Amino acid sequence: MRLELLPRPDPSPVARALAPLAALVVAFLVAGLVVALMGRSPVSAFEVYVLQPLTDPWSLRAMLVKATPLILIAIGLSYCFRAGLWNIGAEGQFIMGGVAGAALALATHGSDPGPWLLPAMMIAGILGGAAWGAIPAFLKVRFGVSEILTSLFLVYIAELFLDWLARGPWRDPAGFNFPQSVVFESAARLPEIPGLDRVHVGVILAVIAVLVTAIVLGRTLFGYRLKLTGDAPRAARFAGFDAKRTTFIVFLISGGLAGLAGIAEVSGQIGRVIPDISPGYGFTAITVAFLGRLNPFGILAAGLVLALTFIGGENAQILLRLPFDLTVAFQGLVLLFVLGADALVSYRVRLVRRVGAKA
Amino acid sequence: MTTFEAILFTIVTASTPLLIAAIGELVAERAGVLNLGVEGMMAMGAVCAFAAAFTFDSTLIGIVMGMVAGGLMAALFALAVLGLAANQVGAGLALTIFGLGLSGLIGAPFVGQTRPRIEEWPIPILSDIPLVGHALFSQDPFVYVAFGLVVGTAYFLARTRAGLRLRSIGENHASAHALGLPVLKMRVMAVIFGGICAGLAGAYLSLVYTRFWAPNMTAGRGWIAVALVVFAAWRPTWALVGALVFGAATVLQLHAQAAQVGLPSQLLAAAPYIATILALVLLSIRRGRAVGAPGSLGTPFVPDR
Repeated sequence: MRLELLPRPDPSPVARALAPLAALVVAFLVAGLVVALMGRSPVSAFEVYVLQPLTDPWSLRAMLVKATPLILIAIGLSYCFRAGLWNIGAEGQFIMGGVAGAALALATHGSDPGPWLLPAMMIAGILGGAAWGAIPAFLKVRFGVSEILTSLFLVYIAELFLDWLARGPWRDPAGFNFPQSVVFESAARLPEIPGLDRVHVGVILAVIAVLVTAIVLGRTLFGYRLKLTGDAPRAARFAGFDAKRTTFIVFLISGGLAGLAGIAEVSGQIGRVIPDISPGYGFTAITVAFLGRLNPFGILAAGLVLALTFIGGENAQILLRLPFDLTVAFQGLVLLFVLGADALVSYRVRLVRRVGAKA
Repeated sequence: MTTFEAILFTIVTASTPLLIAAIGELVAERAGVLNLGVEGMMAMGAVCAFAAAFTFDSTLIGIVMGMVAGGLMAALFALAVLGLAANQVGAGLALTIFGLGLSGLIGAPFVGQTRPRIEEWPIPILSDIPLVGHALFSQDPFVYVAFGLVVGTAYFLARTRAGLRLRSIGENHASAHALGLPVLKMRVMAVIFGGICAGLAGAYLSLVYTRFWAPNMTAGRGWIAVALVVFAAWRPTWALVGALVFGAATVLQLHAQAAQVGLPSQLLAAAPYIATILALVLLSIRRGRAVGAPGSLGTPFVPDR
């Protein structure tokens, strides 16, 4: 018995648009099954994971805050993935952005630096993330080393670097030996959006990134070049598009946006440097990018959906004592199913039995 | 036993899980399938092995369950990338994320438990060889299995008909298909073999290396195994050398941390990852671009009729 794939002559655009939704539904069903196997009620889990956060204003605002890094990073990743490059180290670029921006905040601590500080921190965050993203790009272009492995290993290095900073040079001497820096001054904190309690302006940055990307991809030569490089690398070469330059540009964009997400999180949400500034946003963003079909508005929606899983996961930890790992497993399943669903759109799948397989 | 011999001994132990997982991945990649889910399969192997060994108080049952768990994870991956021709890099990542999450769920009740030590099986005469005898031949059975895997895989790939077929479908799946070779079937088997190896490597971590289970205990070893395959230029014997080098990097940084050499512990802990990146760079400088990579590696195959 085996699966047989028959290419569909013209895949339905409706099916293509609905595939991520179907994948999401199946992932929810499988997660429900897992919860049932753990001896819990899937119905109450669904209530705690999905319905409660969606009906509670505080949770809805928290969802916006969690969606911000996911959307920023995933938008950046969409540039890489569209060009056929696998930047899977956004988590490290996120951390290095946070570190670079925080360095400015801590260096000016107690010196009343003025209004230039916040924009400078954001720019430092972008540069920090872009620099970290430039390493795998450089190693790929110059030495032909796979960007998959180098970008991933750089995550571990960034995590250890941040850990060292928070426990060593940046530790607050008056902090009872807790591994954390001083709390940033208000001049170094991203302000809240007026009228939206606890929601920092990073949300607006994420929306801007979505809109700009929609224009870049839909209306510019660069966007077209990107698509061509990913879909038909040979054709892109013949057209004179420089693959090396494209590699650098997309890694800088995606590293920069991940870095911006990092400093927005540190400055807007956490307010100090701690060893753990991300619950895995950089990896979840890969799922966000694919669930959003690499389309900027799709990513916006997918970012909100996966932010919900973070909020729901925290809820379930408190209310149902379900481990947060359930959320991680769910996110992995969503990615797997989204990729599988793509195949169901492009191919007609038939189950062929051994007997009569000769036909 | 001298200090040198003791360090050598721990290097071999630290290399073993890397080697077992790398051999499995190597076979899958030789068949043309890039499975980046090694970390997730290894995590599942570690937790299922520990849970089963603890529940039934049997190391053997634990090992078997670890291998089964790795194999099942690989089967899920095979269904996605071979059954449905899904993107291999993406699906592998998904498998890793899923495996890390699910292993945390399964392992939660077992945190804080430990398993008894596994007896070493010294091989007479060989273990008396000066300097290296103790490190290589007074080990636990896993180590011998790992050596056996290297020899067996090297022989299988280079000297058997099935090995030749496996390599040919990895080099050029269209030609292999035209010659009538069962491309997808052999790939499924190679991927599941890789999963079983990753599961075994995970079982080694939780049952022998640490003898307890902790969340994320694989700590990137699955990824290092993937890097080892590149490092080894897809050759089993070179995977052995590479695994020993990375085992040495891990052990030596631990010794350096214990000896308080004055460097931050985080820098030392980062050493194996930095070393991996440097090794990948140095090798591609020496060899030129991606020499040795199977031609069809990572590309989905959909047979036309």
